[in-house]
Parts: sequence; structure tokens; C-alpha cells
Amino acid sequence: MIPEIGEFSLILSLCLSALLAFIPLYGTIISNQLWMNYAKPLVNGQFLFLSISLICLGYSFTVDDFSVAYVANNSNSQLPIQFKISAIWGGHEGSLLLWAFILSGWTLAVSIFSRALPLDMLARVLAVMGMIAVGFIAFLLFTSSPFSRYLPQFPADGKDLNPLLQDFGLIVHPPMLYMGYVGFSVAFSFAIAALLSGRLDASWARWSRPWTNIAWAFLGGGITLGSWWAYYELGWGGWWFWDPVENASLMPWLVGTALVHSLAATEKRGVFKSWTVLLAIFAFSLSLLGTFLVRSGVLTSVHAFASDPERGLFILVLLCLSIGGSLTLYAFKAPNVKSDAQFSTTSREALILINNVFLTVMAMTVLLGTLYPLLLDALGGGKISVGPPYFNAVFVPIMGLMTLAMGASMAFRWRQTSPLAIVKILWKPLLISLIIGLIFPFIYGDGFEFSVFIGISLSCWVISTMSLEFIGKFQHSKSYWERLTKLSFSYYGMILAHLGIVVVAIGITLVSVYSQERDMRMEKGDKVELAGYIFEFRGTKIVKGANYSADQGTLLVTKDGELIAELNPEKRRYTVKRSMMTEADIDPNLWRDLYVALGEPLDKEGNAWAVRIQYKPFVRWLWLGGLLMTLGGLLTVADKRYRKN
Amino acid sequence: MTPKRKKRLIIILALVFGSSTAIGLTLFALNQNINFFYSASQITNGDAPKNIRMRAGGMVVEGSVERSTESLQVSFKLTDYANQVKVVFTGILPDLFREGQGIIAQGKLDANGIFQADEVLAKHDENYMPPEIAETMKKKIEVAQ
Repeated sequence: MIPEIGEFSLILSLCLSALLAFIPLYGTIISNQLWMNYAKPLVNGQFLFLSISLICLGYSFTVDDFSVAYVANNSNSQLPIQFKISAIWGGHEGSLLLWAFILSGWTLAVSIFSRALPLDMLARVLAVMGMIAVGFIAFLLFTSSPFSRYLPQFPADGKDLNPLLQDFGLIVHPPMLYMGYVGFSVAFSFAIAALLSGRLDASWARWSRPWTNIAWAFLGGGITLGSWWAYYELGWGGWWFWDPVENASLMPWLVGTALVHSLAATEKRGVFKSWTVLLAIFAFSLSLLGTFLVRSGVLTSVHAFASDPERGLFILVLLCLSIGGSLTLYAFKAPNVKSDAQFSTTSREALILINNVFLTVMAMTVLLGTLYPLLLDALGGGKISVGPPYFNAVFVPIMGLMTLAMGASMAFRWRQTSPLAIVKILWKPLLISLIIGLIFPFIYGDGFEFSVFIGISLSCWVISTMSLEFIGKFQHSKSYWERLTKLSFSYYGMILAHLGIVVVAIGITLVSVYSQERDMRMEKGDKVELAGYIFEFRGTKIVKGANYSADQGTLLVTKDGELIAELNPEKRRYTVKRSMMTEADIDPNLWRDLYVALGEPLDKEGNAWAVRIQYKPFVRWLWLGGLLMTLGGLLTVADKRYRKN
Repeated sequence: MTPKRKKRLIIILALVFGSSTAIGLTLFALNQNINFFYSASQITNGDAPKNIRMRAGGMVVEGSVERSTESLQVSFKLTDYANQVKVVFTGILPDLFREGQGIIAQGKLDANGIFQADEVLAKHDENYMPPEIAETMKKKIEVAQ
């Protein structure tokens, strides 16, 4: 009964979304307030029924209703309760339901927090979001309903959730990522609404900015969580694989970052108006493309689900309709937009332009590398894959140049800055960072290392120019405290996010250069030395969990005779799926991680094991930086000027 | 040419030059780093080049996995149900590596026709078959019929 209620609510929400896509928009055409006012109740209804649908699915999971095919395929009576809940988004159907639910959540938020918006504008925005909802709910209902029953005979117990997904990281990673993906639909809808109305002015940018910032913050947070999860659960200590699905989340983030910056310029100075609209369209289109890549199984990827081509086709059609439709609209309306503001080549606007060029180029190179195998295969060029060296070769240098510009941008003012003033501000930080970059590899490592020199210099460069700018704010004020509280939340958010980039850059540089790793055969009593730490293998014992049993190894880590940590990596056998899972154990701190994972037993008695031991300096900085960026993005939204009206 | 047009021409030329360099370098990097996929039959027939990084895929032959007692070296055979190719790998195999499972090995083919893998990939989902393998399998079955 409950799954049928879920299905029925889903159908109702589809009907409401269809009305939402049509009625308010028609209201704006015939200028009828009543029709436009229908948008809000429709949004409420859509959210209500999607919530009911999601709760029904959650209920089916908690009561182990294995007559529901999706529950039977992704859960088991032995599964701990928190994983039964997160199993809702553990598979294809449920994660799409989550997608649709989050979309309606964003729509509801827009309808609640946009009181300042003119009625017709709000009606257009909500209608566009209604259209997206129609596409996705229809996709759910027609190709992948999570409520289909196993009939006539259903299994006595479920097939269990994929062991890789039975983890805290997977409880939080997908919802966070989807909040970001789907969040760009708001920026997209604002852009389309602005195009429809022909009013592309600074106020449009002001309305859409906080939404874009939140979406960007969530997407960054989601990517960070994904990287962290892959590090300890899946990747044998790797944190980024240039996997197509990772790329699919990185591309909208890159374009979203460009969008966040160009929106700032549009709001403050009225420049790049049509470019900003185009970026908003691209950010969401890339989110859709990401969904397509993950769901259609066209690419070889660790995330690929076994799925049928019909689904892929449906999303492809959806993708073509939304991208084609919005670009056509753009082609007709954008030429009417005039940017009247002027700026010189030595202005903050110019630097934001450079930032945008770099970010879009990065997104394009990632797109090229991700889709090239598909393209070549379609042209009959054979089956290929593009390896990480390609991405590193093109991505890292551009990232470096962008960081250079990021540091310099602190010396630039809006409109016009005299080149002499810029040089005067910047020469000292430049010199200091070059010196620190030069010395650092000698102190931390064994000798000169070019990539460390570049990475550390760039990081110091950004930190020092940013600090100079920050201190400059205090020059003419008597009370520091007063000045500190007077600076806007947007400003602090910007500082925090830029600092996040620096922290990530330091992390990437040091972990790439100074990591040490050994795979070896170890028997009880064997000792091995890595990066000054001694690892002693003390053998394994059998332990039991709720739905698995495991060989748990013990390794004692000592340094200079002192015990640092006892690590207990596990090799788990999940009884229902009969699959093996490696559970690494990590001794983390801010400066280094000691990472130990058990491979497989190498003899019948289980005395000798394949063991991987890793020393990962500064690896935590990667996720710390991601966290700082997320916090920065969220902080900007708390700014006073968005709360006025 | 008016000075304004001249300025525009310079900007356009700079743009064309800059973007074509960027595209050229990107394509160069791409061509250096693509790995072609070969099936077991293509390798045994000699269609695959020697000593070039590539991917080989197929099913792990039941009973073919042999471990060294001294090191982490392991060898196994890959099949596309027509021909078999021997793969040697030193390191830790992924959790989903099993006999009878579809996998992809990345590495080079040596002079003796043995595939020296430096990476072995198996997937999240045990029902999932990499598209490359699925397709070669389908062809084999069609030919057999």
C-alpha cells in the first residue's frame, strides 16, 4: 500500500509541475496577476507530494518491504538502519527521486525567499523550474520508478546495499553534490526568466547571486566529500582519479566558479551581462550532462551503473531540449543586451575576465578529455581511454596561471587602476613568495624541487597580497574592532574561499611530491620502514560486524622507539553480496596521514598478507581547503544587502 | 585602415593565435595520453602494438590465477571466449577481482606476447561489464552463431 501511495504522489507532483510550467508563464504573457499567483501554491503542492513520495520510499526501506524491487536490490534485513535510509540514494531510481526532491526544495526556497522579486519575474523563474521538474519526474515515472513491485513472487530477503556505499561518506556525499548540481537550476531559471522578460540588468544579477553562491558552495562541498570518501574507502589512498564521473562534477564547478565571479562584475559594474547569462546556461547544462554521463553508462567509470540504453536516450533528449531551447532563446534575445560600462585593461573587471577565460578553458579541456573516447568511438576510431597524464598536463599549468592572476587581482580596483600603483603594491609580495618558494623545498624536503617551488610560491603570493589588501582596509580607521565588524560578509566570504584555494594548492603540491608508498608481502612479525616510521605487522584476527565478517590486521607504528599508533585495517566479506571490501585504517593529522590497507592473503593459512603502506603529507589540506571554500560561499549569502527589502 | 580598426585587427589576430596554440597544445597532450583498447583475440592475432601503453580487457579465466610465494607478483589469463592472453601484474588486486569476472588491465604488451599490467581495474558493481568488453563479447557470440 505504502509504495503505491509513493507512486501516486509522484504522479500528482508530475501533474502539478506541468501546471507550474504552464500557468504562471501564460499569466506573464496575458499580464494576468491571478494566473501568475498560482505559482506559489503549485510549488507548495509539488514539494509536498515529492516529500510524501520520498518518505514512502524511506518507509519501505525501514520496514524491509522486499516486494519493492528497488528495496530488494539495494537493502537487506541485516543492514544497519542508517544505511537503510541512505540506501534511498544508493541506486539509480532512488538517487533520481532525491534529485527531483531537491529540485522542488530549491523551487520552494525561491518562492519563499524572493519576496523582493517582481511578481512576473518570480512567475517566470518558478515556471522554468517547473519545466525542469516535469522532465525529471517524467523520467522517473516512465523509465525508472523506485516503486515498481517484484511480482508475483518477491524475494525473502534483499540483495544488500553495495558494501562500498555502506559508509558515512555515502550518506552525505550524494545529497550534498545534488544540492549543488540542482542548485544551478536556480541560476539557470533566473537567466532564462531574464531572457524571456528582456530585463538583463544589475538587479537580475543581484537576485540570482546568492542562489548561485549557495549552489556553488554545495557543489564544492560535495566534490570535497567525494574525494575524501574515495581516499579512505575506495581509492587505496588516491584522492582524485580524473574519472569521467568526477569530471562530470568538476566541470559545472569550474563554470560555476566563473559564473560566481562574472555575476559579481555584472552586479557591481553592469559589465559582461550576456556572458553571465551564457555561463548560467552552461553551468546547468553541464550539471545535466553530468547526470547523463553517470546514468547512461556510456563511459567506463567506477561510478557507472549497469543501466539500460532507454534511460540514456531519455536524458539525452532532455539534455538536447534544455540546452537547445535555452541557447536558441539566447541567440534571439542576447543581441539586444548592451553593456554600457567601460573599463580599462588594468582594472578588476579585466582580471575577472581573465579568471573567466581560464576557468572556461579548464572546463573545456576537461570536457574534451571526458568526451573524446565517446567521440572517437562514434567516428569509428576505436575504443580508447584518456589517462590522467592528459588532464594533469593541461589542467595544472592553467591552474597555476590562474592562481597568479588571483593573487595579482588584489591590487586591482574597479574601472581603472594605474599600472604604477599596481607594481608598487605587488613587487614586495612577489619577491617574498619567490624566496619562500625557493627555500621551502630545502627545509621540508631533501633539495630543490621545481613543482614545490612553483606551488609554494604561488600559495605565498596569494596569501601575501590578500593580507596586504586586508591590512589596507585598516589604514584610516581608529578602532580595529569597528572596522572588522564593518567589513561585509561577502568580503569575508571571498577571503575565506580564496584562502581555501591556497590551502588546496599547498595540499596538492606537497602530497603529490612527497608521498611515499610501498606495496609488499608481510608475515607476522615483519617490520618495514617508511618516511621515518616503522610499521610492524602483528598478524590478523577474525572480527564480526552486523552484516559482514572480517580479517582484521594489527600494525604497530613507531617512530624513534615511541609508539605512534596502532592501526587495524580490515578485509571484509559481506555475507549477502559475497563481496570483498578493503577497509583501510588511517592515523591522520594536519601534517601527514599514515595509511594502511590490507590487500589479500597470500597463502592458505592466512599468515602472509599483501599490505599497502602509505605516507601522505598534507593530504588533509585538500579537504580543509574545500571546506573553507564551502564556508566562504555560504558566508557571502549572509550579507546584509541580500536581506534588505 | 583607421587606428580603431587596426587595434581590432591586432586583438583578433592575438585571439586567433592564442586559441589555436591552446587547442594545438591540448590536442598534442591528448594524443600523447590516449590508451587504445584491445581484446584478447586482437592481441593473440598480433593486431596490438608491442611496448605501447594500452588497455586489455576480458574475463579472468577460471583457475588461471597464479601467485608468487615471494613477492606480490600474480599472473592470470584473460579471455574473450575465443583466445586467451596471459597477464602479469605486481601489486594489490582490486577487491572485485575474481575468476570469471570482467576486468580491464592497463599496461604494455612485451616481446613474448605477455601483457605486463601496471594497473588492474574491476568495477563497483558486480553485474556491470565495461562497455568495451560487453561489445567484444557480443561480437564473439554473433560470430559463433
